Amino acid sequence: MTKTLKWLLISILAVSMFLVGCGSKTNGTAGSKKTAPKKDTLVFARGGDSTSLDPITTTEGETFKVTQNIFETLLTYGKQDTTIHPGLAKSWTVSPDGLTYTFKLQQGVKFQDGTDFNADAVVFNFDRWMNGDSDKFPYYTMFGGYKKDAGHVIKEVKAVDANTVQFVLKRSQAPFLKNLAMSPFGIASPTAVQKWGDKFREHPVGTGPFKFVEWKQNDHITLEKNPDYWQKGLPKLNKVIFRVIPDNTARLNALANGEVDLMDGLNNSDEATVKSNSNLQVIERPSMNVGYLAFTVTRKPFDNKLVRQALNMAVDKKSIIQSFYGGQAIPAKNPMPPSIEGYNDAVQEYPYDLDKAKQLLVQAGYPKGFTMDLWAMPVARPYMPEAQKVAEVIQESFSKIGVKANIKTVDWATYLDKAAKGQFDAFMLGWTGDNGDADNFLYTLLDKDSIGSNNYSYYSNDQLHNILIQAQTESDQTKRNDLYKQAQVIIHDDAPWIPLVHSTPLLAATKDLTGYVPHPTGSEVLSNVEFK
Amino acid sequence: MLTYSVRRVLSLIPVLFGMTIVVFSIIHAIPGNPAQIILGQRATKEAIATLTKQLGLDKPWYIQYFHYLNSLLHGDLGTSLRTRGPINQEIWPYLAATAELAVAAMLIAVIIGVNAGIISAWFSKSWFDYIAMVLALIGVSMPIFWLGLMEQWGFSIHLGWFPTTGREDVRDPVSAITNFYLIDTLLNGRYDQFIVVLKHLVLPSCALATIPMAIIARMTRATMIEVMKSDFIRTARAKGLRMFWVVYKHSLKNAVIPVLTVIGLQTGLLLGGAILTETIFGWPGIGRYLYDAIGYRDYPVIQSGILLIAAIFVLINFIVDLLYVIVDPRIKYSK
Repeated sequence: MTKTLKWLLISILAVSMFLVGCGSKTNGTAGSKKTAPKKDTLVFARGGDSTSLDPITTTEGETFKVTQNIFETLLTYGKQDTTIHPGLAKSWTVSPDGLTYTFKLQQGVKFQDGTDFNADAVVFNFDRWMNGDSDKFPYYTMFGGYKKDAGHVIKEVKAVDANTVQFVLKRSQAPFLKNLAMSPFGIASPTAVQKWGDKFREHPVGTGPFKFVEWKQNDHITLEKNPDYWQKGLPKLNKVIFRVIPDNTARLNALANGEVDLMDGLNNSDEATVKSNSNLQVIERPSMNVGYLAFTVTRKPFDNKLVRQALNMAVDKKSIIQSFYGGQAIPAKNPMPPSIEGYNDAVQEYPYDLDKAKQLLVQAGYPKGFTMDLWAMPVARPYMPEAQKVAEVIQESFSKIGVKANIKTVDWATYLDKAAKGQFDAFMLGWTGDNGDADNFLYTLLDKDSIGSNNYSYYSNDQLHNILIQAQTESDQTKRNDLYKQAQVIIHDDAPWIPLVHSTPLLAATKDLTGYVPHPTGSEVLSNVEFK
Repeated sequence: MLTYSVRRVLSLIPVLFGMTIVVFSIIHAIPGNPAQIILGQRATKEAIATLTKQLGLDKPWYIQYFHYLNSLLHGDLGTSLRTRGPINQEIWPYLAATAELAVAAMLIAVIIGVNAGIISAWFSKSWFDYIAMVLALIGVSMPIFWLGLMEQWGFSIHLGWFPTTGREDVRDPVSAITNFYLIDTLLNGRYDQFIVVLKHLVLPSCALATIPMAIIARMTRATMIEVMKSDFIRTARAKGLRMFWVVYKHSLKNAVIPVLTVIGLQTGLLLGGAILTETIFGWPGIGRYLYDAIGYRDYPVIQSGILLIAAIFVLINFIVDLLYVIVDPRIKYSK
């Protein structure tokens, strides 16, 4: 008995020695951290995979993060704003009526497959897109629809000569130039598009600083330096690898362990951890979003403006930001962030004033308050990392003015569906800008034309509608800005929303990473990134 | 045995058929329009209508089902609504990734779980028994999320033994052949990569192994205690046979059937239920593929994925049934 026990213990010991052996054997060769290869490869970790590498086929940001480096657009945004700068087009002129745009293209630019970039390539791309539909090329609706649609603003795109391309519009579209700078409108190699057909989404070819190498779905996408890139001396990196690590904390662990060099989606609560680590740095992405609580204004009692204004006074945004955004957000008073041209800073934010809110409710005919459903998003978004908890804070302060809010939630798909159908009393949602234009916030989210798509609050105001339509065709940017400022005053008074916050998404990187400038749109070119 | 095998294989067909109906109806009972989800928050009304039509989602459910079944019989799993790739090709790397993880986890779970159970039964009510069973209790109730993060924190960041996440070093990726990276690295003759891949496997498989390990240990202990009370064991000991052989040969053989059943069930569960582990460890497996698909209402992927996992589940249990005969000759499946 004791002998067998001895044998048993010995064998257990042997097994555990073997297991430890496995461990320490691997220890010797242990990884990237110690051998430290020459650092010209950037590993960028993020929460989700791209769905396609042909940027025009999707509206999803994870795709643009990658394609922004493979494809280039005619125009580009400023480093950290949405002003317009030259891209593949080095200069442009606009006719006085705002209907004809003539672009001079960069010369000597080649696609990564060796074919020439020229006016014909631009025409080819626009022809491809405008002959599609919203299922194939969803973002092309920024130009008012497709060729077959009445609302389509582009009459024709023609190559004047090899390096000049001309757009003729049916009616003027004020955000036209800003639209052209959007990631989905990256110019693709016509040869490659024809060669790959539907498979182009897995074999992208553009003119950008990096070319596509490999895509292992839900794991990583590898790009390498385009040696023939037209901007001399760029890119500085040899390789960029986009890795998917869904969990924010695990992603941070991977960064701390040297497996990745840069990560997005840093939890606000982890900011201090990163700052205390001498090998890491925190990077802020400028805000281009808004998180809000909307009322379905067709439902009682939210059809009453006074009720909406009262509730606007019953939300303590500052404490919400302190508690759930780690201070990384600013309180919102308008439906669009201050980084957008035309932001009206003169609008007076509704004060957090429960007494006044109560008075307004009395005036509105609800002296005893009422009961409502408050829907909280089931997913985390940069503008709303913890919707449930924010809802609880709002619930608490609503209760102080006699409004009993029942917090409810449902899966994301159903949530959007029900919100679009106007089935919620009040709900939390947000928006990240597409092209950095005021129209993309105010018209898209609050005009009566957008009811059924993104105007989930069913808010409709004809005066506002006229202003927004006028602003869409006004080509003088100063005049446009004035119109948008007026629009924000109207919206503020009607109060279809409680604008909550504009959040500043956080990223973290290794200390030796330089030249990374995050763009408010959420995707940026990495050609200036390098390691010290 | 052969007739039994054939009969069992044939009986799989109505099971699988039934599964297609169940999977199909569950998904269609959930509210929410997939077209809205695919096109996202930015979709226009017209766009949603067009896509709904294009996907055939405007047709009655039985026609959709019939189309689905028809292409399934032709070996076509459909096209993903989200990525627009053929699911046949898309799903394989995910399946292989999960299978590799599940097999590794099961190996750990079986080796440690069975032995812990045996020793606990052998020295029941000893300190080893108590400790092992408390650990097993902790094991079944351990949140994998937390365990995974603790593993990363301890074994990666502090000790630097293993990488935190992923299947491979992305800076030196494995060129996939079978998508089982342990095999692929050997096929490519990249033994250095083999070690790297093995290291990537350690933390997630240990995390994934905890629950089955605990269940197996408890099951083994329970049945072993039962068997060791029986007369033939007393006889074996009476004739002076070494305790080790009494336990590991005579008792185990008689206790193995329920343990095998549990192992079979747990293996099946691991294949579909590794979502948490896959999320924490950034493992590109089938669980995450399905999870993403559910978020996007990617009907074809959800249907095919669940069907495939269910089929594998059935298959594993079929194999377990056959194994019974091998480990216990008293079981005969011939009529």
